Amino acid sequence: MALDVTVQPVKLRSVTTENRIARFTLIIISLVFLLLILLLPLTAVFVEAFRKGPAPFFVALADAETFSAIRLTLIVAGVSVPLNLAFGVAAAWTIAKFEFKGKAFLTTLIDLPFSVSPVISGLVFVLLFGANTWLGHWLSANDIKILFAVPGLILATMFVTFPFVARELIPLMQEQGTADEEAALSLGASGWQTFWYVTLPNIKWGLLYGVLLCNARAMGEFGAVSVVSGHIRGQTNTMPLQVEILYNEYNFTGAFAVATLLALLALVTLVLKTLLEMRYSAEIAASRRH
Amino acid sequence: MEVRVQNIRKEFDRFPALHDVSLDIRSGELIALLGPSGSGKTTLLRLIAGLESPTEGLIFFGDEDASKKSVQQRNIGFVFQHYALFRYMTVLENVSFGLKVRNSARRPSKVDIHRRALELLDLVQLSGLEKRYPAQLSGGQRQRVALARAMAVEPNVLLLDEPFGALDAQVRKDLRKWLREIHDRTGHTTVFVTHDQDEALELADRVVVMSQGAIEQVGTPDEVYDNPNSPFVYGFIGQSNCLEVEISGGDLRFEGRSLGLNAEGEPDGVAQLYFRPHDVRLCESAENCIAGQPVSSRRVAGTRHIELDIGNNRPHIEIELPPSEADRLDRNRIAFKPTRWKLFRG
Repeated sequence: MALDVTVQPVKLRSVTTENRIARFTLIIISLVFLLLILLLPLTAVFVEAFRKGPAPFFVALADAETFSAIRLTLIVAGVSVPLNLAFGVAAAWTIAKFEFKGKAFLTTLIDLPFSVSPVISGLVFVLLFGANTWLGHWLSANDIKILFAVPGLILATMFVTFPFVARELIPLMQEQGTADEEAALSLGASGWQTFWYVTLPNIKWGLLYGVLLCNARAMGEFGAVSVVSGHIRGQTNTMPLQVEILYNEYNFTGAFAVATLLALLALVTLVLKTLLEMRYSAEIAASRRH
Repeated sequence: MEVRVQNIRKEFDRFPALHDVSLDIRSGELIALLGPSGSGKTTLLRLIAGLESPTEGLIFFGDEDASKKSVQQRNIGFVFQHYALFRYMTVLENVSFGLKVRNSARRPSKVDIHRRALELLDLVQLSGLEKRYPAQLSGGQRQRVALARAMAVEPNVLLLDEPFGALDAQVRKDLRKWLREIHDRTGHTTVFVTHDQDEALELADRVVVMSQGAIEQVGTPDEVYDNPNSPFVYGFIGQSNCLEVEISGGDLRFEGRSLGLNAEGEPDGVAQLYFRPHDVRLCESAENCIAGQPVSSRRVAGTRHIELDIGNNRPHIEIELPPSEADRLDRNRIAFKPTRWKLFRG
């Protein structure tokens, strides 16, 4: 009789894995938490916006004041994001590639907007350009409007979103070092050619990632913008501010319709961010402070 | 092109990296800067390139003072230790880069750039790989792309920083031979930095031995190996033994006995005797010889290395002998005499 012995493979648990019950409990807890805290409110936004059907939703969006809020948000983000891109690259370049006194101070300063409450960020501009200040007098004498006008909104937004690009690029550029740039210079390239053909391609994915986060924040910023806006209807209300106004007027469909747009922006940002991280994780620095 | 380094001093944040270094590099020469880490060899290379500027001193390319010129104006070819290839450019784009960025007056036509880049890739034996990206190449191939890229600009001088440092032993050997061939064929004045004495001795026309920010010795591989001019060079290049001896009346004495080695002209007193493990002759008896007890014996390729304890807590002496000769020796006591040696004091 042939011995028919089949060896059963013993299922060994990897040392870092918990037992089944513990695993299950932990997964359930995180899922329930995410559902309650994140997914449920997000769904509520969409449900509330479409409660009375799609027609009132589009009517609400077509409202003149809402439309102007959308336009203003696009303008503010359209100006502040490119400017922050330029300043962010410059700051990251300075910090990553040069040694100078006060470098640590500059690095800390870049983080300032993250550590200050957005309301304060708005307030500093009121204190700086307000009617009671010397600068405020001079501005009003020359008929230049900063506070309660588009320039103020842009300034406040820039202040709040400044760190995103720089923070993303500094570790990346530091890790890459200066050898590529030196190689380009040694081959006769000018400083500008070196930046354009060598440095920029090397940082492009990290840069895109930073710009994406910067843009999401620029469009969604409420606190700082709220302080400098003055809430002039149809003129200085951005989308987040418009949501608040509509909500306070019990125009729920309108409020949630605009909120839907902001939520969609967040979702699109998330998807793009995930895609970028998946494809270029190695090249996107791991600066996960925000 | 000939390169002259004149009394160069370089400080980094008041920390001296090079003091008063002078060096003449002849046109078409292949020269090695050899030294341990921190000896200033890479700093000297970067100063010649114009990637650093000297605290004091001058650098001439031919008759022209290049010290005030920028790295771009010097027209050098630099191969970086980790190649620094542009990762978002193909091999062909990497090699063409130096020609493409020239201003329109000096830039060859597109067709010419393309042809020249392909020629260079052929020279470095990378034909067919021009569409690859650096990440798709092996270490040795990247090294060759870096060399082709540096040569594309017809440099006045080719500078290589630890060119084989990041490669494994076999590739390193092949590339060494190959670099020598390329050099003989193209005739570029070439300076390379290395901490590997074998590499320097095998490859270079002349070797510049550096230590602690200064040049210790400049000479052909034979000169620096056979005639080291300082204890440092003796110790750094090849193996060497050091023994404290006394000189009296032109006679070398070890532990009160004459070694029968002629040191005429040397003042009396204590000195260090340096000799290579293979520069020894066995003696029949301990008379007029250095004698010791073998403590270990290793076979290294075609020679046997024997470590001798010569007593009195002195450092062990190592000698190298042909295995046939070594096997006939007395296991308890070996006596020998250096055949080629040098004395240093202090």
